[in-house]
Amino acid sequence: MSEPVVFTYPIDGNNFTSAGGASVAVKQNLRALGFPDDVVRRVSIAMYEGEINMVIHAHGGTATVTVGEDEITIVLADRGPGIADVERAMQEGYYTAPDNIRALGFGAGMGLPNMRRYTDEMRIDSVVGTGTTVTMKVRIPEEGA
Amino acid sequence: MKIREIVSLLSADILCGGDLLDTDVHMACGSDMMSDVLAFVKDQAVLLTGLVNPQVVRTAMMMDMRCIAFVRGKRPSGEMLSLASSAGLAVLATPRRLYEACGILYHAGLGRTEP
Ligand SMILES: Nc1ncnc2c1ncn2[C@@H]1O[C@H](COP(=O)(O)OP(=O)(O)OP(=O)(O)O)[C@@H](O)[C@H]1O
Ligand SMILES: [Mg+2]
Repeated sequence: MSEPVVFTYPIDGNNFTSAGGASVAVKQNLRALGFPDDVVRRVSIAMYEGEINMVIHAHGGTATVTVGEDEITIVLADRGPGIADVERAMQEGYYTAPDNIRALGFGAGMGLPNMRRYTDEMRIDSVVGTGTTVTMKVRIPEEGA
Repeated sequence: MKIREIVSLLSADILCGGDLLDTDVHMACGSDMMSDVLAFVKDQAVLLTGLVNPQVVRTAMMMDMRCIAFVRGKRPSGEMLSLASSAGLAVLATPRRLYEACGILYHAGLGRTEP
């Protein structure tokens, strides 16, 4: 059994321009590792939404992507304000983003639902005033499946 | 539809990816909210938007798109263009508004599912 491959990225919370760069890098890495387009796309879209959330809602954080034998795990951890009502935040169209964020093209309240849509498992651990950790898993289909 | 036809239908300027004009595209998406774009993967290859920032290019990259068309004469920065060309994306600029640009391409058959 091979060791899992782990990629770790600090996510700068003060730089909207560079936001998403870690997801682009992960996409390139997964492609280079030979994963199918569909898996690469699902992982990178889900991570991208989470990465943007960390930048616009939580002053940045850390992204860790672990490539295991049969699944890819994405952990996005921040020390931002936390999410008071996770269930509500998961609803399509629910957002708290102010107009200046919406003018940047984000804040439609679709990110968390998208993350759930593209992953096989998703968990949000959040404590108000302490931070949020989002854990997502995408299973790697067996070859030929 | 080829990207070349989009250029002509939208009277667009080609800002990068002039070598991709013969690429075939079958589906497009128009929005200024990036999570709306990311919500449905249906082989959309063209993103029409009035939003101009590097997240537009990264969103198109995440979706494996081939072409971005900026509407209302918006011009992306050089930084955005180099990101786009590194990702194999053609970038166009059209004077049309988003609604018009989408309507023109839809009418010409791009992404039309019913007759
Ligand atoms: N990491 C986070 N820290 C704190 N709050 C968060 C975080 N992620 C999401 N939220 C909260 O959950 C809400 C919904 O998030 P979601 O990603 O679905 O929508 P959005 O980011 O507001 O808009 P979109 O993703 O469509 O651009 C946000 O508006 C915000 O209030
Ligand atoms: Mg979001």
